[in-house]
Amino acid sequence: MRNEKEKILIIGSGLAGLSAALECALRSKECVLVSSAPAQRAQSVMAEGGINAALDTKGESDSPKEHFQDTMKAGCFLADGEAVRGMTEAAPGIVKSLKDMGVCFNLDKNGDPDLRNFGGQKKKRTAFAKSDTGKQIMTALTDEVRKYEASGMVTRLMNHSFETLTFTTPDRQICAGCLIRDDYTGEILSFKSSAVIIATGGMHGLFGNTTGSKLNTGEAAAELYRLGAEITNPEFIQYHPTTVSSGGKRMLISEAARGEGGRLFAMKETEKWYFMEEKYPELGNLMPRDITAREIWNVQKNFPVFLDMTHLPDDIMEKKLSGIVEDCITYLNLDLRKDPVPVEPGIHYFMGGLNADRQHMTNIQGLFAAGECCGLYHGANRLGGNSLLGAIYGGRVAGENACKYSEESTFASGSAHIYDDLPGKCVISDADRELLQRTLGKCMGVVRNEKELQAGLEIIRGLEGDLARLGEAMCSAALERRESRGAHFREDHPDIREEFCKNTVLRR
Amino acid sequence: MKVQVKVFRGRDFNERRPEDYQIFEYTGDEKASVAQLLYELNSKERLVDIHGQTCEKITWECSCFVKKCGACAMRINGIPRLACSFFLYELKSPEITLEPLSKFPIVKDLTVDRSFIFESLKEISLWLEGNARMKPETHEYRYGSAKCLMCGCCLEVCPNFRVGGRFTGAVTPVNMYRILDEQEKNGHRKDMKRSYSKSYYEGCGKSLSCRDICPAGIPVDDLIARSNAAAVWGRG
Repeated sequence: MRNEKEKILIIGSGLAGLSAALECALRSKECVLVSSAPAQRAQSVMAEGGINAALDTKGESDSPKEHFQDTMKAGCFLADGEAVRGMTEAAPGIVKSLKDMGVCFNLDKNGDPDLRNFGGQKKKRTAFAKSDTGKQIMTALTDEVRKYEASGMVTRLMNHSFETLTFTTPDRQICAGCLIRDDYTGEILSFKSSAVIIATGGMHGLFGNTTGSKLNTGEAAAELYRLGAEITNPEFIQYHPTTVSSGGKRMLISEAARGEGGRLFAMKETEKWYFMEEKYPELGNLMPRDITAREIWNVQKNFPVFLDMTHLPDDIMEKKLSGIVEDCITYLNLDLRKDPVPVEPGIHYFMGGLNADRQHMTNIQGLFAAGECCGLYHGANRLGGNSLLGAIYGGRVAGENACKYSEESTFASGSAHIYDDLPGKCVISDADRELLQRTLGKCMGVVRNEKELQAGLEIIRGLEGDLARLGEAMCSAALERRESRGAHFREDHPDIREEFCKNTVLRR
Repeated sequence: MKVQVKVFRGRDFNERRPEDYQIFEYTGDEKASVAQLLYELNSKERLVDIHGQTCEKITWECSCFVKKCGACAMRINGIPRLACSFFLYELKSPEITLEPLSKFPIVKDLTVDRSFIFESLKEISLWLEGNARMKPETHEYRYGSAKCLMCGCCLEVCPNFRVGGRFTGAVTPVNMYRILDEQEKNGHRKDMKRSYSKSYYEGCGKSLSCRDICPAGIPVDDLIARSNAAAVWGRG
């Protein structure tokens, strides 16, 4: 029996979730878009610097092939090459379609999206809307999805959270839908569907004080991990080189600051030491994030590190970086046009997450993942400008394949029995969550070693709750990877090792 | 610095009684935002009020902490603001009162149900049909329009807005501007203009209370003037 009437379930209304919903609508497939908050609150609105696409409008003969090579190289060749090829080839078309949707990109004199330099890429390839690229893209995509909400193609459930996955049989092989909690009333609702797309963002809740949204608790991934979904590469955590402490959290100073000419220096007594430019004459301040973060981490042991933008023309500050200038005035009482800002690395992005194939399906049949919760495109280290791209492209691919899968599925959503293991779910206590965050923060730093990871693992093993099990997976993956690759640096194993050139895959 | 924090925890803000408030003491940096203050109060093992009574944790919404998402809008000393961008050093005396936005149904404590905003945007057909027409001279205004956080601060201060009413408040012209400007003459432009008049223009009392309240710094009155010109007067 074919399932033409079945609705796809999408959990999360950030960029990946919206992109998946749009793809379903374009394929005339109905979907239910579930999220704990409106799209305006999603972490995607916080993205600042831009979105990568080899538009080749700067006379530098750029190409998707070079974008592919830069992405693979920055990720230390762990990402799936075919998946990355698909993403980098689709990128120019994605940016053009965003422009057609009304995204207010900064434009060049020909009316094309202007491009800026970004870390790990020699050519100008990052399209941007001042330093609020995420917000501007999210507004356009939210408008676009609203059109389908009004026509009934997309059913929107706000203030509802993912509770658990349901299955066709008790052995948890094939997805049958979700249990969803109404956050306002506490009521649990059951939705049947052969295809579920998880787009719940990164595992920021394992640490608490990242640059990410407080809504990204990591609990959906922890629940799916409990139920048998595989987690890949959790040890690869991106520390953004330039963050500041603000309000009990990390605040990001976008890479755009350096892309537009900002310089890093350390204050060596009375002398400014431009350590990045000295050590890396070619890319200088725009080395990939893993390397820049590590250099700052090391230099900082002896000298405070600053980001200097005081030499940039007013025109660039006004037209390209005004958001960063405003944020620093509001939160630091510091005017970047007059003073350098003290910076340090802070957790920004999770390269790893739910393990998915090129069709974005996880090892649970019918369960798809997209966006930061899915570890597919970024390998051991993500290029700046590839997260917005990965979320849009990944959402699109997941949507396409979820539609195809649903059409071919023999699971009849109206009648089949479904099974859930809600009673087996174990929510972490506030005290244990706090200890988990503190422990992971200590042992999963920019530079790691066996002693600290082992000590951290022992503490985490003593904690109850599914989130602690996800943290345990992360910690043990970092312990097992006895090499240094991309964002994972082990001071006791400082070299890259051929036998570790493979993805970590963990199953509870 | 030491601050007395008075938090509304009742069910009906418009019928509020003195016993609906609990008072807590907070000691912290004067550079702390109200969001940080709430986060720290809730992080305590036991939340205790000034009478020594253990209280339930305070329910409030937050996401980004850096003024980009609009989740944490609430009344701070009677004025709607984002908790993440009001700082303790701005206080005139060491007392602060936190209350939910009064125009929306209370879910719990400082969390309100703002669904009406999102429903009304659907009602007024806020979307583009076909490709956007991008005029360089309106770039900055369209950009400003797309910055709207949908936090509800401009609706809280508006004397004409109420949840469930026909008038949908400044959120409508602020957001409608970019679509009216980008939409080609075909498509649903006519429908949008009609719904704009009904849901905004006819209901606005021109008090302009929304002018200076926007936490995202959107030039609200400029966008109102431009939307009125495009939708009602057929200019632009």
